Amino acid sequence: MRDAYVIGAGMTKFGELWSNSIRDMFVEAALKAIDDAGVDHIDSMYVGAMSSGLFVQQEHLGALMADYLGVVPMPATHVESACASGGVSFRQAFLEVASGASDIVLAGGVEKMTDGADVTDALATAADQEYEVYHGITFPGLYAIMARAHMQEFGTTREQLAAVAVKNHRNGSKNPNAQFRSEVTLEQVIRSTMVADPLRLLDCSPVSDGAAAVIVASEAVAKKLGKQRIRVAASAQASDTLALHSRKSLTTLNAVVAAAQKAYKMAGKKPSDIQIAEVHDCFTIAEVIVSEDLGFFEKGKGGEAAANGLTSLETGKIRVNTSGGLKSKGHPVGATGIAQIIELYEQLNGKAGARQVENARIGLAENMGGTGASCVIHILEAL
Amino acid sequence: MITARYAREIPQRYRLEASRCAQCATVSFPPRLVCPTCKGRTFSTITLQNEGKLLSYTVVRVGSDKFSKETPFAVGIIELKDGIRITTQIADANLEKLAHGQTVRLVFRKIQEDGKAGILCYGYKAIVV
Amino acid sequence: MVGIVGYGAYVPRYRIKAEVIAKQWGADPEAVTRGLSLVEKTVPGQDEDTITISVAAAQYALRRAGIDPKEIGAVYVGSESHPYAVKPSATILIDALGIGPHVHVASYEFACKAGTEAMYVAYSHVKAGEMKYAMGIGADTSQGAPGDALEYTASAGGAAFIMGRERLVAEILFTHSYTSDTPDFWRREGENYPRHGGRFTGDPAYFRHIVGAGKALLEKSKMAPADFKFAVFHMPNGKFPQEVGKRLGFTKDQMEAGWIVPWMGNTYSGSSPCGLAAILDVAKPGDLIFMVSFGSGAGSDGFIYRVTDEIVKVQDRAPKLRQMLDSDKVYLDYGQYAKYRRKIKLNE
Repeated sequence: MRDAYVIGAGMTKFGELWSNSIRDMFVEAALKAIDDAGVDHIDSMYVGAMSSGLFVQQEHLGALMADYLGVVPMPATHVESACASGGVSFRQAFLEVASGASDIVLAGGVEKMTDGADVTDALATAADQEYEVYHGITFPGLYAIMARAHMQEFGTTREQLAAVAVKNHRNGSKNPNAQFRSEVTLEQVIRSTMVADPLRLLDCSPVSDGAAAVIVASEAVAKKLGKQRIRVAASAQASDTLALHSRKSLTTLNAVVAAAQKAYKMAGKKPSDIQIAEVHDCFTIAEVIVSEDLGFFEKGKGGEAAANGLTSLETGKIRVNTSGGLKSKGHPVGATGIAQIIELYEQLNGKAGARQVENARIGLAENMGGTGASCVIHILEAL
Repeated sequence: MITARYAREIPQRYRLEASRCAQCATVSFPPRLVCPTCKGRTFSTITLQNEGKLLSYTVVRVGSDKFSKETPFAVGIIELKDGIRITTQIADANLEKLAHGQTVRLVFRKIQEDGKAGILCYGYKAIVV
Repeated sequence: MVGIVGYGAYVPRYRIKAEVIAKQWGADPEAVTRGLSLVEKTVPGQDEDTITISVAAAQYALRRAGIDPKEIGAVYVGSESHPYAVKPSATILIDALGIGPHVHVASYEFACKAGTEAMYVAYSHVKAGEMKYAMGIGADTSQGAPGDALEYTASAGGAAFIMGRERLVAEILFTHSYTSDTPDFWRREGENYPRHGGRFTGDPAYFRHIVGAGKALLEKSKMAPADFKFAVFHMPNGKFPQEVGKRLGFTKDQMEAGWIVPWMGNTYSGSSPCGLAAILDVAKPGDLIFMVSFGSGAGSDGFIYRVTDEIVKVQDRAPKLRQMLDSDKVYLDYGQYAKYRRKIKLNE
């Protein structure tokens, strides 16, 4: 495989975008990425989206977006891996460039969630319909089951979970593209409306619209454009049982562990080399568990680490979710994995504004689907 | 209409029918075509015991539209005596008194309805004993 | 001899007090409670219906009978609240309990006597030698219009009886049915709640049919009320069964064990069957039981049972009716009750 570089990025603001259709959002993000990269064409494109069929009754997004982006007859493919759709879209683009099949590939992601669909029901399609969802469980509910198990097993506290939300809102307040640019207090999180015990409204990522896109290019193209800076050091993906109950442990995400091992090996890095990480905090407990399974902290210590500021922008030994994460930046499902890459791209380029981490050189993005049945991890390195 | 899809799962939902691998005795619920342990492809049908322990749970307070009139309700992961784990509602529960490790028994209840005029869908729920 | 080889009853956990309903409609709670001799009634959980109640009762009956479910040749469920207008309740039940598919099933409806109807047909099949075992079930999540007198009593529960020839816990010695066209209570197709003829449901309906069947049963059996340890009648409220028992010559003591209505309400098709289950829970070998049901429309089924030595072996194999009635109760207020019973108009 040959090296691949991220040479351009673009995204819409995340939030309730009442005037934007799914195609408008995607095209906006894609044009920004193309313009940022300064390329005059692309060879192929991927559109990550979890469930446009349920959210807006529109499938066949590859062709639709190619059409509205004005690039037909270029190959365009819709990829789906639940909430990891964006990350997998990026991985497909990476593999296509790394394999030598294409030189310039657009990896995008999009979701339009506010057009009136039963969002809880649509998101639940990422779980086992017949043996989980049939019984009325929701996604917050599944993560709540994990949270309670984590609390039971390791003594993780309600306050520690809340610390994740407080931190991510603080980071998000510095991100102009974030859905929520407001800080929240520990008290507000702990007192917010109960959604699925013990998870409350402010433990949950919001319902969002948005799109994000990046351009992945070969070394030759990157060099020619003077953009040979952000290299994809690793791309790894893993799967796990779809149903949470089929796993031996409710507090370890095996797909995250497996993908992380592969990613670290491919990049020749270890967890302590990672300076910034965008992780899939669809719920506060997810960030806690993932920060353990990525090897940043010992198993069971993720909550404590967050509460002690070990993941914060200000005092962190590893800065987690500098963008605000899914929690504060928003979670238009299919766009999330790409938006994570964009945050790393901006940080590694020193263009993250108020939330810039000094001398950021190595960043990791962890994007997962369902209760962690899919996990895709990328490591980007600034040269 | 979910009739065929529902009917297909009746042996599992009504009677807890599972498959036991002829090669390594791993039990799968629902039955699978490939054993997740040894990749075996020959199975016998067994019926799971309807008692177990509550491993973890939540109280769903915001449900999907289909379940929104029944909230709050408890859903847990149960480990049955055979070692198989399932996700199920905990019926008739005192939501304040649920706890890890409680002994539960499965009962037959209505799980959902396919709209006002569609079929009624039944299956197992746990009750604390 | 043909009789009962296993029985089981099921009562939901939820209750509402008659006084709570009375207050809701501006009636005098004390007068209602006294007038109906009724303290409270059972309410089905939101996930319970005639089918789930039947399954629970039938599971207990199977436990007590200790037989292979596959040997059951027929299952009949009697109810006026079958969840489907078209589709038998028992098809779901037999698949849940591993009975069949070589089995005959049917849903019966005859207002409050559909349960004894199911029992009678099950008994007749075994007696005719058609099959080894047959199950008859009476279960209901009874309907009563909001604000109607029926709302105080219409309750939920059911009982199942497996009929056979061997290892009987109670022999069926005599039966008798008494039927006429009496429009005392009905529900037209498509209507949500039943209607009734008020006081016309008393003497011309309830009393005439139960007394008619009861007297014929005594004549047929050449027995006198004093011969019986227990008597149970359909229980639309607390007072009617006491009164009809008195008219037939039974005492309060004989009726006490089966008189569950003050704490259970009128379980329609499950009413006298649940009363019978409560009696079997405490009966001793040799006891005679007199039972007459009543279903509006109208008719009564009468049975005389003699309890056998086997009864003591099976009584503790499953929960007893009074235990279920007295423990783990969850009281609902009227709003919760209206929601549970789907009496609130919702958006589809």
